[in-house]
Amino acid sequence: MKQLVVKDIEKCVGCGLCMYACSRKSAKTPEIGNSKSGILAVSLSGFERGATVIFCRACKEPPCAQVCPTGALKPKKGGGVVYIENLCLGCKYCMDACTLNAIFEREDGKIAVCIHCGYCASYCPHGVLAYEEVKA
Amino acid sequence: MRDSVLIVDLNNYSYEIEQRPDLFEKWIGGTGVAVQLLKEYMDPKADPLSGDNVIVFATGPFTPAYPLASKTVAMFKSPLTGNLGESHAGGRTATSIANAGYGAIVIKGESKKPVYLVIENEKVYFRDGRVIWGIPDSLIVGRIIAENEPGRGIRTMMRIGGAGEKLVRYACVTTETYRHFGRLGLGAVFGSKKLKALIIRGRKKYTPVDPKKFREVYDEIYRTAIESDAMKKYHLLGTASNVIPLNELNSLPTRNLQSARFEKADEISGEALAEYSLGRRIACSHCPVACIHLATLRIPYENEPYFFKTIMISYDYELIYSLGSMLGVGSRDGLLRLIHRVESYGLDAMSTGVCLAWATEALARGIVSEKETLVKLSFGDVENYLKAIDYIYEQPNEFYRHLAMGVEHASGIYGGKEFALAFGGNEMPGYHTGHATYLGYATGLRHSHLDSAGYSLDQKVKEITPEEAVDRLIAEECWRQILSSLVVCFFARGIYTADLISRAFEPLGVEITEEELKKKGEEIYREKLKLKIDMGFNPENLTFPKRIFEVKSLHGTLNEEFIRKAKDYYVKKVKEIVG
Repeated sequence: MKQLVVKDIEKCVGCGLCMYACSRKSAKTPEIGNSKSGILAVSLSGFERGATVIFCRACKEPPCAQVCPTGALKPKKGGGVVYIENLCLGCKYCMDACTLNAIFEREDGKIAVCIHCGYCASYCPHGVLAYEEVKA
Repeated sequence: MRDSVLIVDLNNYSYEIEQRPDLFEKWIGGTGVAVQLLKEYMDPKADPLSGDNVIVFATGPFTPAYPLASKTVAMFKSPLTGNLGESHAGGRTATSIANAGYGAIVIKGESKKPVYLVIENEKVYFRDGRVIWGIPDSLIVGRIIAENEPGRGIRTMMRIGGAGEKLVRYACVTTETYRHFGRLGLGAVFGSKKLKALIIRGRKKYTPVDPKKFREVYDEIYRTAIESDAMKKYHLLGTASNVIPLNELNSLPTRNLQSARFEKADEISGEALAEYSLGRRIACSHCPVACIHLATLRIPYENEPYFFKTIMISYDYELIYSLGSMLGVGSRDGLLRLIHRVESYGLDAMSTGVCLAWATEALARGIVSEKETLVKLSFGDVENYLKAIDYIYEQPNEFYRHLAMGVEHASGIYGGKEFALAFGGNEMPGYHTGHATYLGYATGLRHSHLDSAGYSLDQKVKEITPEEAVDRLIAEECWRQILSSLVVCFFARGIYTADLISRAFEPLGVEITEEELKKKGEEIYREKLKLKIDMGFNPENLTFPKRIFEVKSLHGTLNEEFIRKAKDYYVKKVKEIVG
């Protein structure tokens, strides 16, 4: 099973190309902006300390799915979650449940979460992200 | 495309949002739109440090659709020149404004008490700024606000340091710690409005009209940026790579341009900084290049052994010139400490360096005494320059109050105009390449080397007539109005050709040919020139300090007659253009 993985977090320059790639990932309905992005590049309390990326680490027992009242987030085989958008109320319990703060609010009040499609990895110019086979 | 304009009024702490498709369709964005908004909202005769001044921030249609469109244009009336102020910055400002849903933001009026503003999508919050007012270090201000405000990763945080509060006419606005609306004193305009900081965050989106083509054009731009040589210079050593070549070409202003060669250029070159000091690279939002070079400086505690402060300091060519060679500073650590001090107060590095270089020569010539300068300024003396930078901020006497108003002003009071290196009231950038660069500083509508790149023309062309030089500078500046209306980084000008721009517009639902683009560039230039004239600009009043004719450049000793002819021709051209 393939997942989005961090190869070397120290190399992150905080450009956020991954975030914009995530918004463009749908070939039919790409978006311009960051509403739908399930990944976020941040500085480490100011850029003097460097930068990092935040996204779903594909938990085996995802707390976000456990608190979802409608089953919009379902555990995926091998880790992480499937997001069934039309079941989502926008309650954001999942955002509170995630220890990494890796679930984000969309413009319409629903959520954005990484589904490990790997699209962003092709746009990481500095070798921070990769899309690779991982052991289940 | 974003066509919303947010108008914030600090007089009564209110705001409104207007949809202005008319503006963005006709004038693209960035510079093109900012000129029109300034015309609408500001009296051209306004006092730059009053509530009548207006600040416009404008982004363009390619933000955040495509990479390298990571810049914001700020337009205002400059307290340094008393004329049009325009300054561009990277960081996260452009993407944050666009993701909050805006094409442009207008800030008018002045607050009675210190405030900072938070713009979050459709909402504006006016926050009490009294507690952070008076903190001179812009880095500390940034840290405090970062602790209090959400939006990590998606916010921009523009702020001023002490220089802006104290109305130093060349105070800058710093964003994301290391990028700046550097030139022409936007920091003082913030200060006069009692506006300490401006935070913008949002998570919005829009959609392309042609999804397939959009992703194709995106990939083309991305691939070109990372695979071709178009951005190589910025990707490797950064702009600091200019130091050695310019020095070899007799073009590196040194010791207040008493020379154009610096014997210690190797010590402060891009190569040396990369080898000994470069600690980290970071990027503006949505740019793969990461041209922001941060040096690591280790400073021991004064009285305790084996304790160190480790500071990250952003360097670029212009800072190396203005606080390095221009001040005769050839030690890397000394240079970095000067950059850090200027960064902390939120001063424009180029203006600060040129002002101090003039003051140093004025002291040596006896035009002013140590009674005025308070410290013995001498080229290469880092410790005294550090103190003098403190004084520019503190303004403890009349001399520093004048120096805080710019070199043209100070030399008007004390004398020494012939070696006060300002053009149109703006302290010069670091290129003593030939006639074209100086004509560019003088005629460029923001008196910046980036207006028309005269330094590049000097390096490309051996023989040129004064008329031809002016024509080529104006043509280049017209084209750059398109780049600064889009707003793409000027460093990506090799990628964003007319052909590519036209194709990149298509999937966003805009049809515009290369010819139409060029024409629009000329129109924006004309509009900006007109606004500048309304603010009092008269090309006949342009002057050129004698010093530039005394020092050998790449083109040998410069010729006053050449400059005079070029100026006469420019005066004629201006009349033709504005009609």
